[in-house]
Amino acid sequence: MAVNVAKAEGLRIGVFVCECGLNIQGTIDCAAVSEYAKTLPDVVAVVQNKYTCADPGQNEIKKAIGEYKLNRVVVASCTPKIHEPTFRECVADAGLNPYLFEMVNIREHVSWVHQSEKDAATEKAKDLVRSGVARARFLEPQIEAVVPVTKAALVIGGGVAGIQAALDLADGGHKVYLVEKEATIGGIMAALDKTYPTMDCSI
Amino acid sequence: MMDVGRHPNVELLTFSEVESVTGFVGNFSVTVRKKARYVDPKECNACGDCADVCPQAVPDEYQQGFSSRKAIYLPFPQAVPSSYVLDMKNCLGNNPIACGKCADACEKKCINYDDQDELINIEVGVIIAATGMDVYDPTAYDEYGYTRFENVITSMEFERLICAGGPTGGHFIRPSDQQQPQSIGFIQCVGSRSKDGRGNPYCSNICCMNTVKDTLLLCDHYPGVETKVFYMDIRAFGKGFEDLYVRSREEGVKYIRGIPGEVMENPENQNLFLTVENTTTGKIEKHELDLLVLSQGVIPRQDGDAIKKLLTLSTTSDGFIMESHPKLKPVDAPTKGVFIAGCLESPKDVKDSVTQASAAAARASILLNAGKTKIEAITSKIVPEKCNFCGLCSRVCPYNAILASDKKTRKLPVVISAACAGCGACAAECPQDAVAMNHFTDDQIMAQVEAILARDPYKQLVTFACNWCSYAGGDMAGTSRLQYPTSSRLIRTMCSGRVDEKFVLHAFKLGAPMVLVSGCHFADCHYINAVHWTQKRMDKLWNKIEKLGIRVDRLQLEWISAAEGQKFARVMRTLEEKVKQVSVEEIEHTMKVLREEEEKKEKKG
Repeated sequence: MAVNVAKAEGLRIGVFVCECGLNIQGTIDCAAVSEYAKTLPDVVAVVQNKYTCADPGQNEIKKAIGEYKLNRVVVASCTPKIHEPTFRECVADAGLNPYLFEMVNIREHVSWVHQSEKDAATEKAKDLVRSGVARARFLEPQIEAVVPVTKAALVIGGGVAGIQAALDLADGGHKVYLVEKEATIGGIMAALDKTYPTMDCSI
Repeated sequence: MMDVGRHPNVELLTFSEVESVTGFVGNFSVTVRKKARYVDPKECNACGDCADVCPQAVPDEYQQGFSSRKAIYLPFPQAVPSSYVLDMKNCLGNNPIACGKCADACEKKCINYDDQDELINIEVGVIIAATGMDVYDPTAYDEYGYTRFENVITSMEFERLICAGGPTGGHFIRPSDQQQPQSIGFIQCVGSRSKDGRGNPYCSNICCMNTVKDTLLLCDHYPGVETKVFYMDIRAFGKGFEDLYVRSREEGVKYIRGIPGEVMENPENQNLFLTVENTTTGKIEKHELDLLVLSQGVIPRQDGDAIKKLLTLSTTSDGFIMESHPKLKPVDAPTKGVFIAGCLESPKDVKDSVTQASAAAARASILLNAGKTKIEAITSKIVPEKCNFCGLCSRVCPYNAILASDKKTRKLPVVISAACAGCGACAAECPQDAVAMNHFTDDQIMAQVEAILARDPYKQLVTFACNWCSYAGGDMAGTSRLQYPTSSRLIRTMCSGRVDEKFVLHAFKLGAPMVLVSGCHFADCHYINAVHWTQKRMDKLWNKIEKLGIRVDRLQLEWISAAEGQKFARVMRTLEEKVKQVSVEEIEHTMKVLREEEEKKEKKG
């Protein structure tokens, strides 16, 4: 199957290559990756940062979004597990939908695991940036819909856990339905004599 | 118990079961079946006149069968609601001509033989499941003689015999002669930490301390009684637990490290004999006891399947309900808006149950207090023009988030976005490409495959990694600075269940020597059981490529958890060797075969 050519006219992608101090730069030739990124389709801005996640780095992203009218942002830095939320917020601040942002992991997956293979690591970083940009060309804005929450709770089971959960919610002012299969609440706990460690009565 | 019964915000529905749950976070519609109780709990004042005249006596479950109750009964004196209930199975008949004595005796006229089950609908925003546990039945351990010897009892039976509210009024006697036993033994781990298949492999958590408590009750009520505990380890790990254990030892309870092999009975006086290897001294010991208590373990609720289905909960290998994340979301169920508390999650004591219940209530309160919630943007959507109404997407969905299509009426499937968690299994399974996955579309992923293979394709290990485990396992390898070869090129999907057959074939067609699909271990799957679809799809795919003459070894599947950085690095090293073994001729042959296959399809289509 052939991939469709990017539908959106006027794609303007910005690529931000992070050195992460020496964490990335120590292994990967970030300047070479940046130069390479400029050759990729629809990339109109490439910026190399010492720390993209820090305020100056984020400001560069925001500035570039305005200056180059970017409509997709790719950051090549660490794992999205750490800074995807940071950068999503950053691009949202600059008026982009946060889902028009893509992250490429060249730290955990490249510089930190190929420390003695600098050239091959740099080539791998370029490949991953190419992959990230290719994906970014197909990104679409996404909406996180908001739904109302009915202000009532169902607790299933009237043992000690269900009773406690129901009481806490009810004391917090919420309507609670406590459903118990048996004719009485109490569960297993009610069949115990004393309970440890306080040795007091179970009921 | 009383508090919950009289709380103005709590509507107590006892003798009731949840029959159906539909909807999604913040918006659940629940049907509850209120079973016929035959006694109006609002009117009943628990005077007991009905039970006095009832002619039917049956074993009292609450008292572990040591005493009897009537067919109309109060489960126990402190029951909430404080109302009698009619056990219709044992009632002489709801035809008042057959008996009808209780109704005659009831002054308040609150007994109604024609009472019917009632279905009620409630709307709630959150659900807390706290359905509890069952206790292990020691019958399988026949060597302990539970079914053969009267004076072998379980720990639950012990509770009733020592309790002032029990069948003997708290006079601790043994069943065979109703005499107070002078020597009492406890065997620990009955049904727990068992490797022979008769019990469960896990530790039941509460039994050690329960026995310590029992020994202290005996010391307190009956000073001078000889008490022995046969154990493999005493696990007294909680706050205040070690103190109790030490106190029990100081009171003279003998703790003997060793599990008895067999229990025998003296037929004349029903005393029990057991032989045990004391592993502290290395000696074989014989003990004679008046009474033996089997410290039975905890098991998942045996009737738990219904609730599991209703709330799309899944279980860990031990049969207890799986939490959303074992460390970071211990009271969240994988289904948004559903929380878990108590022993359905794992065996635990009262304190831990209460702690977990308060945590679940607090987590639920976040949603209730906010009054609204954001729902996942990464969800699937139906592409109407491609759908052929086959219904596969609905069947695949681990969350029941896709309302089924109907071929006859040409009704399209409907994705309930709020219930969709975004695994993408539906999009990967749909043979028509009629399900699209937002933010992880086919176009996006195919573009990545192409980009990766645009340079030196014959050397690239195309790796699909799920967001939660395998990708994070790669991160862990990184933070641990574990070095491995540079050939891997990762493509992230939320779940390995998203990896469509066509992504893999596309990679091979473009010259990839090897493709790795990696995901969470089955028990860790962040999308309930979506990873099962990965496995099934891979099995099919292996078959398919084999038929096409592609070596199956070139498609690899690995389960790598977020903690398994070492495994991630090891897999990368192993596969690098395999990548090297794939010759250019082999790759080019595969490319040719797949191109031809595609041309054939295009001609057909």
